[in-house]
Amino acid sequence: MHRYIGNTDQDRVEMLKEIGVSDIKALFSSVPDSVHLDRKLNLPVALSEMELIKNLKSLSKTNYNTDDYTCFLGAGAYDHFIPSAVGELLSRQEFYTAYTPYQPEISQGTLQVIFEYQSMICELTGMHVANASMYDGATAMTEAAIMAVESTKRKEILVAKAVNPEDRKVLNTYAKFRDIVITEVDYKNGQIDVDDLQSKLNSNVAALIVQSPNFFGIVENIEAFNDLIHNNKSLLIVSADPISLALLKSPGELGADIAVGDGQSLGNPLNYGGPYLGYLAVTEKLMRKMPGRIVGQTTDKDGNRGFVLTLQTREQHIRREKATSNICSNQALNALTATIYLTLLGKEGLNEVAEQCLQKSHYAYNELIKTGKFSEVFSAPFFKEFVLISEQPVSELNNKLLQNNVIGGYDVQKKYTELKNGYLVAVTEKRSKEEIDYLCERVVK
Amino acid sequence: MLKKQPLIFEISKEGRKAYSLPKCDVPKSVNDEIIDKKYQRETALGLPEVSELDAVRHFTQLSQRNHGVDSGFYPLGSCTMKYNPKINEIVSRFDGFTKIHPLQSEETVQGALKVLYDMDEMLSEIVGMDQFSLQPAAGAHGELTGLMIIKAYHENRGDAKRNKIVVPDSAHGTNPASAAVAGFDIVEVKSNEKGLVDLQSLKDAMSDEVAGFMLTNPNTLGLFDENILEISSIVHEAGGLMYYDGANTNAIMGITRPGDMGFDVVHVNLHKTFSTPHGGGGPGSGPVGVKKHLADFLPVPVIVKNENGYKLDNDRPLSIGKVKSFYGNFGVIVRAYTYILSMGPDGLKEVSETAVLNANYIAAKLKDVYHLPLDHSPCMHECVFSGDWQKAENGVSTLDIAKRLLDFGYHPPTIYFPLIVSEALMIEPTECESKETLDEFISVLRQIAEEAKNDPELVKTAPHTTIVSRLDEATAARKPIVKYMR
Amino acid sequence: MKLLDELKYVESHEWVKVEENKARMGISDYAQEHLGEVVFVELPEVGATVAAGDQIIVLESVKAASDVYAPVSGTVVEINEELLDNPGLINESAYDAWIAVIEMSDASEVDKLLSASDYEKVCE
Repeated sequence: MHRYIGNTDQDRVEMLKEIGVSDIKALFSSVPDSVHLDRKLNLPVALSEMELIKNLKSLSKTNYNTDDYTCFLGAGAYDHFIPSAVGELLSRQEFYTAYTPYQPEISQGTLQVIFEYQSMICELTGMHVANASMYDGATAMTEAAIMAVESTKRKEILVAKAVNPEDRKVLNTYAKFRDIVITEVDYKNGQIDVDDLQSKLNSNVAALIVQSPNFFGIVENIEAFNDLIHNNKSLLIVSADPISLALLKSPGELGADIAVGDGQSLGNPLNYGGPYLGYLAVTEKLMRKMPGRIVGQTTDKDGNRGFVLTLQTREQHIRREKATSNICSNQALNALTATIYLTLLGKEGLNEVAEQCLQKSHYAYNELIKTGKFSEVFSAPFFKEFVLISEQPVSELNNKLLQNNVIGGYDVQKKYTELKNGYLVAVTEKRSKEEIDYLCERVVK
Repeated sequence: MLKKQPLIFEISKEGRKAYSLPKCDVPKSVNDEIIDKKYQRETALGLPEVSELDAVRHFTQLSQRNHGVDSGFYPLGSCTMKYNPKINEIVSRFDGFTKIHPLQSEETVQGALKVLYDMDEMLSEIVGMDQFSLQPAAGAHGELTGLMIIKAYHENRGDAKRNKIVVPDSAHGTNPASAAVAGFDIVEVKSNEKGLVDLQSLKDAMSDEVAGFMLTNPNTLGLFDENILEISSIVHEAGGLMYYDGANTNAIMGITRPGDMGFDVVHVNLHKTFSTPHGGGGPGSGPVGVKKHLADFLPVPVIVKNENGYKLDNDRPLSIGKVKSFYGNFGVIVRAYTYILSMGPDGLKEVSETAVLNANYIAAKLKDVYHLPLDHSPCMHECVFSGDWQKAENGVSTLDIAKRLLDFGYHPPTIYFPLIVSEALMIEPTECESKETLDEFISVLRQIAEEAKNDPELVKTAPHTTIVSRLDEATAARKPIVKYMR
Repeated sequence: MKLLDELKYVESHEWVKVEENKARMGISDYAQEHLGEVVFVELPEVGATVAAGDQIIVLESVKAASDVYAPVSGTVVEINEELLDNPGLINESAYDAWIAVIEMSDASEVDKLLSASDYEKVCE
């Protein structure tokens, strides 16, 4: 028997006898012969643990990783520092081998973690209530749009063109199947074009989605248009990098009805795109319209504090065909990661991370300009990412950098053809002055 | 274990810290000069302030208030709570897998692309499909993706009136929900007295408006639908497609394949069948596989291989688009990849055989004390009892039985699902558990049946030994407290 | 199951008390028992025009969400806001815990409603 299987051959014999059948095949008697697989699955033969580690380690080494290469790539996923205690605590089996806390009496660990996660997301976003997390930032944003459509009974969503194109792609997919009209709002100097926004507002608009800092790294001037949105009886959906919220005005302060974003930057490794988590937080008014799980505080019969999944009737498995969302899980382990990360960093630490992102990205911006190889394109304020126009095509530049152990920025032209040779550079707290200087040096050579 | 577990906010004290960062080594500008004050946060950030030991102890103590698969038996039906091998964790944490950015150029991530490409091929072989997308993040997400593909397929054929999805009344609750989210109307068909799809009802439900039929086989009663080929032909003749909910794939690997049963679209749950940890509710992964005629509709990008290596193919005009950022829950996929390579074809078949053996063993050893309503043929990887004998005779509900199991250190089975069995108690032991574990569990359930007769109050007031007793869910929902209030 | 003879009922488990041209409505005792502890009531808006059979109210219990339908056509003229703070009133006394009052646009619809004894048969 395989090492992950509990029974011995002798056990099998005894168990079959208790069941009253002669062999294992008899247990599959309801599988018609015509669909029985009459051959072995065509898969590689099983490997021992030693072989597997060796093979997969060498496979993993064919990837260029961010320890060996200095990463200036962002565009939705960021190379932030992860404190050692995060991985250690996350690896506790009681967290990762458990499932959904259906039995609260033996799931208080997961439930309290989610309660603390919800509390921290509310602190960051300034919103009233957060759910237990979504698949990622893109699906959180999409669910927010659907929520807006459902609660306003309107069918059009305005989305700023400077919202991450990857997120907009997901939004477009869902919208197509639900007959939701998606209209893009142009940008001007890297921020939303308020005139264009005004011209596109109409009585069918359920919400505006705006990201700040946006895909270009630029902080949106939301206060310049939030009244426009609310006067139109539309909702304001703000997507934000949670790290930035230590320094920047929170969606709650800006009058958002729904705040969303990707929580990858809160202690989750890059992981080639996942698993990450999406956060979603809303005003009190929208609490019962929110998709996904929520944990609430209550007491047991002896008055002890305890936590339970609550407001569950909003969930898909109860609404079935009346459901407006079909999510029935959350990214619990990633939410745990975020909670541990925010605990370790704390108020001061997160502030310092944000501050260093801000300072170092501005230093990099200025130094890159000084090389003479880039020109400016936007003058609006940015947080940890910025766009410059490169003198040479981005792919050529990045190839050169790669040979010098640097993973360069993002080729903006791929998604915004109007920004020819646009170069999106991310600078987190992890980048040192030396690394930034090295980047500038290599750009020139 | 502490009886009173503080919240992290309650042990916070101003001035404590648990982080260290290098000094900011670039020449500093004044914040207000580079970012106008009007953009800056005004309210204080109420995050906890604790020492590193405080944090470590807090989360360690919280973990101790959880029951995981490593803690003890976890026969939660339909969830396949199998052992999560440690090597999967080690491999998934290799720097070459965790520290790679999703937008790195293709030539710098060939190993990652190979994992995705191989997984597509291996999953296709296991379930008999032609191509997989690994993008969906969970089972329900996979369902939604599969249904979008079905819709796109019909629309592309110019047959846009097909707006109905048919599901059996025993379906997972996510099936109708996913269909609704994909913009379909739902038609429910009844199960027959054997708990299988009623063929006449299915025929009656067919029309030129039906886009597809969703089924899990074995179904949620743990039964393999012996009429599967006839079901497929009824649906196909009506012009519909067959959707396979792969939640129960653990019963059939190396034995039969959805592709051979006539299914056109399949999702599998890597966090069930392929041993990746459930993580307290996620992350999961719900890859979607299709037959050739649907491959053009898969989400972008698709991984392709040519003489220069692996590439991401985004140029697929008929694709439904993207359902998630990037390429799926890569870290989860690496774990499942490691698992399949650990098992090989013989191992996977042994998995399904043993999972089915274990479930039948439990059924055989308990059916004299608990009602086993559908006992006409062997069950597959799970067995569904009803607590209605105990309910009728002793006033003890399935919930009470489940709560009493907590006192013995078990995670209870799934209860009150499937909906078509009253007082349902759905037990899925998985292949990982030994005969000794099953015997011990069986004897405890037999003891609880005795207690229900002789001392029903003991069962009704359970659990008695857990850190909290039954919690007041009604108050939690009426007056929601969903965050810490300072 | 408690029934009041002076009330009218609908197969979908609402009760109606006819007050001249107005219909005061709630859910039956049978319905509240099956729903379990009601934790939230989503009320219609005053002034809303409804047709008999329209879903106008959502009741949530711990384990289920249940739609409640307008028994008659007309305009919602009153809602019981006390239920927002205390939805459990429906469990305590389903016939006192009225949910909404509809000013009827077609009084003849009352004739189609069930008597207590007919409704009892529906519930069997």
